Amino acid sequence: MKDRGRPPPQARYAMRGLNSVAFGVVFGIALAVLRDQHVWVTLVYSVATSILCWLSMDFGRVAVARWLHRGVPPGVDADARDWPGWPWMIVVIVIGSAIGFTGGNLSGDLITGERSARLLDVRSLRDALSLLSAVLVPAVALTYFFYTRGALAAREASAQAALRQAAESRLKLLESQLEPHMLFNTLANLRVLIGVDPIQAQHMLDHLIAFLRATQSGSRSDQQSLRAEFARIADYLALIAIRMGERLRLEFDLPDALADLRVPPLLLQPLVENSVKHGLEPSVAGGMIAVRARREDDDLVLSVRDTGSGLSDAPLHPEAFGLAQVRERLDTLYGSRASLCLLAAPDSGGGTLAVIRLPATPP
Amino acid sequence: MIQRKDGGAEESDGARGASAAGPFSSALIAEDEPLLAANLAAELASLWPELSVVANVRDGAAALEAALELRPDVLFLDIRMPGMSGIEVAQALVEEWEDTLAPPLLVFVTAYDEYAVEAFEQAAVDYVLKPLTTERLERCCKRLRAALAARRDAQDPATRVPADRQAAAAAAMEATLLQLRMLLAERHKPDAAPAPLAVIQASIGNTLHFVPIADVLYFAAADKYIQVVTAARDYVIRMSLRQLLAQLDAQNFWQVHRGTVVRVGAIAAAVRDDAGKIRLKLRDRTDMLPVSRLYAHLFKPM
Repeated sequence: MKDRGRPPPQARYAMRGLNSVAFGVVFGIALAVLRDQHVWVTLVYSVATSILCWLSMDFGRVAVARWLHRGVPPGVDADARDWPGWPWMIVVIVIGSAIGFTGGNLSGDLITGERSARLLDVRSLRDALSLLSAVLVPAVALTYFFYTRGALAAREASAQAALRQAAESRLKLLESQLEPHMLFNTLANLRVLIGVDPIQAQHMLDHLIAFLRATQSGSRSDQQSLRAEFARIADYLALIAIRMGERLRLEFDLPDALADLRVPPLLLQPLVENSVKHGLEPSVAGGMIAVRARREDDDLVLSVRDTGSGLSDAPLHPEAFGLAQVRERLDTLYGSRASLCLLAAPDSGGGTLAVIRLPATPP
Repeated sequence: MIQRKDGGAEESDGARGASAAGPFSSALIAEDEPLLAANLAAELASLWPELSVVANVRDGAAALEAALELRPDVLFLDIRMPGMSGIEVAQALVEEWEDTLAPPLLVFVTAYDEYAVEAFEQAAVDYVLKPLTTERLERCCKRLRAALAARRDAQDPATRVPADRQAAAAAAMEATLLQLRMLLAERHKPDAAPAPLAVIQASIGNTLHFVPIADVLYFAAADKYIQVVTAARDYVIRMSLRQLLAQLDAQNFWQVHRGTVVRVGAIAAAVRDDAGKIRLKLRDRTDMLPVSRLYAHLFKPM
């Protein structure tokens, strides 16, 4: 996942550099006050050491990490690729501290003309470590600080991206259910009916209201009874039927025994919509849509069949979203126990048959 | 209000100009939703009593047939119709329309669409959205009346010589073509242009042939199929020309007719006959491809 919410890597390097310099300044002033030393001289050593520590550790870290992860293709997870893990990082910190300490002292000497202690002058590792500790301790602390903040930022960015994705897909779902062509044509018909047949107009408005309410709550993933599902589909098809007039015939078959089974709301909606949009609307003669439910052992089998213009060989394009959405919902809810298939209707009537098979869920 | 004359267009043109009861005009409505079609006719009857709706049809093919037969002054075309779309009807109509007559004024009606509607606000070709308000339809009628009056002036047999009337008809056709081209250009604008096709995959029997796009001379659409013509042989693929066009490089492939797309490199010459019709001669081929007047503007010397 791309972390769009974070600054680019170069900016993050620069931020760490600036933070290190700032730390060097604070550390230098604190040291000068504590040891009662000359402020400017201490500051020069402290800042020079900080910059060199940061340079050697930050770039050492990336170099080691990339060497460790050399098999990983670039761009997979940039943050993970540039982090070598704590054991290696400790090694980088110790070596970086030695470089920073020595380099800082040398450049400090060069600028101030004084002579400070050298790592190579000391006799034992203990002495060396105690000399280094002034660098090592803050280096570990700073690295830990940068590490946690980086991880936090990455996590935040990916959470934001996930939220955005969820919102986008909800919007898409809503858009697909409230297809503008359908909505405005329905309103155009309603506008006419109000003048010529107010009673019929009221019926149409009732269907529209019920359908709109269902699409509003349908994006949530509750379950509803199959009876309610059929009623919502009937609302939608009633709207289409008023528009298409005699060109559309409807058939519903819901056995009473199945009416109370639970199904995800508006599961059939994209299938019915496809039948209208790709089957019947393009057909001059029109045709029939049949929505049926039946039980096979423990499975509930729902089918949407039309006698429209049928499946084309051309790749599924606009309807692909609707079908993918149905498959995704089935997969999330039932895994391999549910399926959706779309085929050319196997009888002489022509058109398309969509069949959903899912576990029968009693109320 | 039914004062429409049957018979030849010249005759009715003359009669219209001379009519004492005011200029009567004729209209055709093509709209697949019966309620909307009936309502449009009713609203037109009250807004424009001198307009007679000579045909009210439910699909594109019927609209084309009726328009060619009845030659109405105005065509109200729903864009989304079963069979042919309203735009395809307009394309076919200008291809088959006679040279000596001004084409009908076009009004496209749509519920929702990707076109830039503002682009057509000023055009003689109108473009209106459903639900169509009475106020908007009134504006549309006003504009149509003005356009028809201008045409009548230009074609008045009492004051104009036949050559002028010819020129006026040609000018009216040119204006319509220009606006149709604009509309088509809007439509073919790719939202997210995919990489153009490099090969055409066409199956013959059990074999899937890979035809490099550079080998294609032209594509010819027939119903739901497209014939892919190369120097060696022809292939058939099952898709619409519109789907194919979206995947072709517009620099190398030109649509020259409602059903024909030619690879520019395969064209040897464009020949204009006495009637002004352009036909394309292809390299190493004897057959000639007709160019529709909608695309004639592509063939001009540099």
